[in-house]
Amino acid sequence: MRFVPDEELTRLAATVHELLADADVPAAVRSWAAGESARGLEVLRRLAKVGVAGLAVPERFGGAGAGPVELVVVFEELGRHAVPGPLVESYAVVPALLAELAAAERWLPGIVAGEPATVAVAPHVPYALDADLATPFLVRDRTVHTGLPGARRESVDAARRLFELAPGEEVGPARQAFDLGVLCGAAQLVGLGRGMLELASAHVKQRKQFGRAVGEFQAVKHHLASVHVALELARPLVHGAAVTGTGADISAARVAAADAADRAARSALQVHGAIGYTLEYDLGLWLTKARALRSAWGTQSWHRERVLRSLSSR
Amino acid sequence: VDLDLPAATVAFRDEVREWLAANVPRTPLPPMDTRDGFARHREWERRLAAARLSAVTWPGEYGGRDASLLDWVVFEDEYWAAGAPGRVTANGVALLGSTLLALGTPEQRARILPRMARAEEVWAQAWSEPEAGSDLAAVRSRAVRADGGWILSGQKTWSSRAAFADRAFGLFRSDPAEPRHRGLTYLMFDLRADGVTVRPIPQLDGTAGFAELFLDDVFVPDADVIGEPGDGWRVAMSTASNERGLTLRSPGRFVAAAERLVELWRQRPDPALRDRVVDAWVGARAYRLYTLATVSRLAAGGRLGAESSVNKIFWSELDIALHETALELLGPDGELASDWQDGYLFALAGPIYAGTNEIQRDVVAERLLGLPRGGR
Repeated sequence: MRFVPDEELTRLAATVHELLADADVPAAVRSWAAGESARGLEVLRRLAKVGVAGLAVPERFGGAGAGPVELVVVFEELGRHAVPGPLVESYAVVPALLAELAAAERWLPGIVAGEPATVAVAPHVPYALDADLATPFLVRDRTVHTGLPGARRESVDAARRLFELAPGEEVGPARQAFDLGVLCGAAQLVGLGRGMLELASAHVKQRKQFGRAVGEFQAVKHHLASVHVALELARPLVHGAAVTGTGADISAARVAAADAADRAARSALQVHGAIGYTLEYDLGLWLTKARALRSAWGTQSWHRERVLRSLSSR
Repeated sequence: VDLDLPAATVAFRDEVREWLAANVPRTPLPPMDTRDGFARHREWERRLAAARLSAVTWPGEYGGRDASLLDWVVFEDEYWAAGAPGRVTANGVALLGSTLLALGTPEQRARILPRMARAEEVWAQAWSEPEAGSDLAAVRSRAVRADGGWILSGQKTWSSRAAFADRAFGLFRSDPAEPRHRGLTYLMFDLRADGVTVRPIPQLDGTAGFAELFLDDVFVPDADVIGEPGDGWRVAMSTASNERGLTLRSPGRFVAAAERLVELWRQRPDPALRDRVVDAWVGARAYRLYTLATVSRLAAGGRLGAESSVNKIFWSELDIALHETALELLGPDGELASDWQDGYLFALAGPIYAGTNEIQRDVVAERLLGLPRGGR
């Protein structure tokens, strides 16, 4: 048993982190939200170059053929930097949906190269992200269709550009890919929480009140320590669910991850004070994304119910 | 990243499971912190020791099995799932034992550990003093040099197991000229020695789980100093890290309690309590997986530092939430004496002992998040 990422995977995570730390992701998020996708798409292309886009795509389509464990480690880094775009959709769900279909050849090589794809999965994922600039798919009645973008819906996260989809042509029978979306979303939430904790820790070290750094005050320390505990305990649930792949474990991971991210958001906002509440400051990019992801890929209530159902039926 | 148990661990788990099924007392023992209960728990420890299951991670020469930390996690899973008795030897085995293995002399290990493993000597901790609680470095009890040893005097308090235990360990100020963390010496002493008065203190549940110790010129030989005189703080911190970190509260205890909670939910499903039941179960699973990650890191040569504070905060708060939920599920019977009620009262102490959670949060913020040290 070795229940921590090995060196290779740790290195991949570090590569993704360094790439994103240098990419001025917050600027890309802001322009993405304003409908200017060039900067964001450039980030996605750079991620594709280091193998992130093709990570879970089978090798015969140019991907790495990796599994959920590799995905969750990378998705934590994507969340940590609040990367915009249909990430869960492009890197996890659509490859899983298409991999065994004849249509895979048509779309998967593009995904590996960094062209985004998106998907709506009834009933929990009714809207597709960025359907105007990604290849949209729609899962309905256990069938994959191409998607025809319809009305735009506003998300609390301005960088999540949601679209209603109508079914286009039929692509093939849908494999179970919803849980992989839930799992990667959970990893992204842990990363979002970690990103907010890092922002908050940096802020309270330099912000002075009453003649000293506010991070010296116990009330502030304890907020952030509690966030750290919640995130550190959520991560192993995500890794464990990636290993076992059961619906109940994935739901358990998601419940803990979303609650930890929520705690991170609330505490980070609180210790920032008013500056954190402004549109200009970066915290909101993380905070609104965490809030949005909490409602996407199943609600907390639905996931808790699934955990309990599985416990009661043993 | 995997969760596959090696074949040797699976074999060990099966052996432990079988042994427990044949040996765990059918009716629960009387409370540990009563005279009769203490004796019965000591007997139980002797049975465990005869099967070499009382300190599985210790080397074979001291009564253990050289079990890996992973084996220990699995042992604990089985132990608590089987509903086996609480461990009256925990202060000794988990705290002092770990310290002796890390920093004791070969003579000390050979003399003390086998007797500890067989519960021939049950140990109490003697950390706190009336003026030194969270601020442990403020201890005032003195150790004064004497011919061949030290003379101890002063007062210890909240000394777990001391009401009925045989020996105790703690910190004493051996050089009053040195400030706080320096000039402290880690000493072991006999609770029945001349000059020791033990005054049991009843806890919330009515049993004497801890005691006050009055030391009036108690002689301790040099052989019972752990580490160098004056180096006691460092020695104590090695024990504290074990206590908070890994060995005092295994995941098995919480996983077993969460399973019982789910069983209670099946009997009395109250929809208003659904989220709390799920969260308790998820929390126990999280703590188990977190521990397995820690075990993996240690096996790869990592060290347990301030991370142990993360554990302690988490399990102590999980324990209370879990037992509160059970009492709620019991409805009006939640008030009645029951195992859940006992567990609840026990859990209430968790955020206080082994370093309060306020101190642990300071440690997390300062050492793991890099926040500046400041006034408490």
